[in-house]
Amino acid sequence: MKKEFYNIAKLVTQNSKVLDVGCGNGELMKYITENISKDIRGIELSKSNVQKCIEKGLTVIEGNAEKDLRQFPDSSFDFVILSQTLQAFLDPENVLNELLRIGKKAIVSIPNFGHWKVRLHLLLKGTMPVTKNLPNEWYNTPNLHMCTIKDFENYCKERDIKINLKNLKFQNFFSELGIFILEK
Amino acid sequence: MSKFKDIKKIIVEKPLKLDCGQTINNFPLAYETYGKLNGNRSNAILIFHALTGDQFASGINPITKKDGWWNYALGPGKAIDTSKYFVIAANVIGGCMGSFGPSDINPETKKPYGTNFPVITINDMVNAQYNLLEYFKIEKLFSVIGGSMGGMQVLQFVSNFPNKALTAIPIACTASHSAQNIALNELGRQSIMADRNWQDGFYEEQNKQPDKGLAVARMAAHITYLSKAGLQEKFGRKLQERDDLKFSFDADFQIESYLRYQGSVFVDRFDANSYLYITRAMDYFDLTKKFGGNLSKAFEKSDTKFFIISFTSDWLYPTSENRDIVIALNAMGKNVGFVEISSDKGHDSFLLDVPDFLNSVKYFLNTSYKQIK
Repeated sequence: MKKEFYNIAKLVTQNSKVLDVGCGNGELMKYITENISKDIRGIELSKSNVQKCIEKGLTVIEGNAEKDLRQFPDSSFDFVILSQTLQAFLDPENVLNELLRIGKKAIVSIPNFGHWKVRLHLLLKGTMPVTKNLPNEWYNTPNLHMCTIKDFENYCKERDIKINLKNLKFQNFFSELGIFILEK
Repeated sequence: MSKFKDIKKIIVEKPLKLDCGQTINNFPLAYETYGKLNGNRSNAILIFHALTGDQFASGINPITKKDGWWNYALGPGKAIDTSKYFVIAANVIGGCMGSFGPSDINPETKKPYGTNFPVITINDMVNAQYNLLEYFKIEKLFSVIGGSMGGMQVLQFVSNFPNKALTAIPIACTASHSAQNIALNELGRQSIMADRNWQDGFYEEQNKQPDKGLAVARMAAHITYLSKAGLQEKFGRKLQERDDLKFSFDADFQIESYLRYQGSVFVDRFDANSYLYITRAMDYFDLTKKFGGNLSKAFEKSDTKFFIISFTSDWLYPTSENRDIVIALNAMGKNVGFVEISSDKGHDSFLLDVPDFLNSVKYFLNTSYKQIK
């Protein structure tokens, strides 16, 4: 399992009610089910991934987070997880609002466009950065709204969203990935 | 009826108040079972059949000598594994496979009920079948499963008996029959009624059968169970045992011949009045009605874990209507999974060999069963 998933799972409280938005093949959900909380379900767009979740015996709803989060009542989950998909939504602001509405807490991870390798790539090569976390070319990337950790912090500050972030400068330069707990 | 004398049935003595206002009692409910009930009676699944189905879901139907309608899904080692689970399937009331229906003899007139049979609803069907839980002394079912009208019964069952099923799999169904589906059912009914042999529903006492009307009803309905792409792929414009068009109204095309065949075999196994009554029950189905249009409320007291399944090419009970059920359940914070299976086989997909579908059912049941053991 990806290291990111262990780090996300660590933030989830035992036996809490969890929604994994864009749960992929269910790897993280499976880990949380087996180790932290059985009360977890996911939403996933891709049919083949939905099948993989079902094979793992996970509760998954085939659907589109951009449209389908609105069916959940306010504060209906203790944690709502969004791993590295925020930047791929057409309207990430709406998705974030929905996460904070339906979840008491939201755990969000983003690929950090401010990482030094990304900066160096653009600076030296003059082409769009391709890294481990950003493996696609500009013409086939699903990422519509890239941001840096600093951008994301600014965004949260402006909207009074509580964000757990220490050492912003350090993280913005040295973290390939930002993982945050957000609260309204 | 003598042909049903060797099939399993219970006689429901308790009065059942129907939605139409009438009360019935001492009525037969025909059923079949598969697998064995375990010691603590925790492995029972109640299966609900669709419009023209019956209790013989698996193996060979002893009346028609044809394969059971859910042979792909139900049996030892299959998705609904009868080597693990005890499966009960009943014939709905209003049906024609041994349960109380319009071809039964009215004790007062000594003649078949015909259209004097009370109009029944999905709610009535489910309430009648609830008696099987008492008969088998099952406190809680492991699952309730059904497709199409069977799915509607699943929803109704969970709504009526919110803590009697651990899991529920409504497949390719709706919580509220659409105008299009009512229209299609009405087409079938009018076709039966237009047959001179129908005789206002009292054909049996005159030794007549509205076979033509029933066959046309089936032909029309059969089209709705398939998809355009599926039909095109299977039949296209292929001609039936001829090299060219005959410039007549014979079955020139294979699709015509196929539909005629489907109609002709259907009348041998199905009763025209049952067709009227059961399609009516489907049309009357609107689970939201009792709850002021709020479907969520229908499941408010439920502790059942749901798994809802739809098919991409099903235009009769499309994904959107299945998704409405998911939305209603989520709005109540219920435990629900949902998958739309890719298939070009239309509404009939749930009856056919569609591996993603069968696997989904299998995995869901396996996982849920492990959790109770």
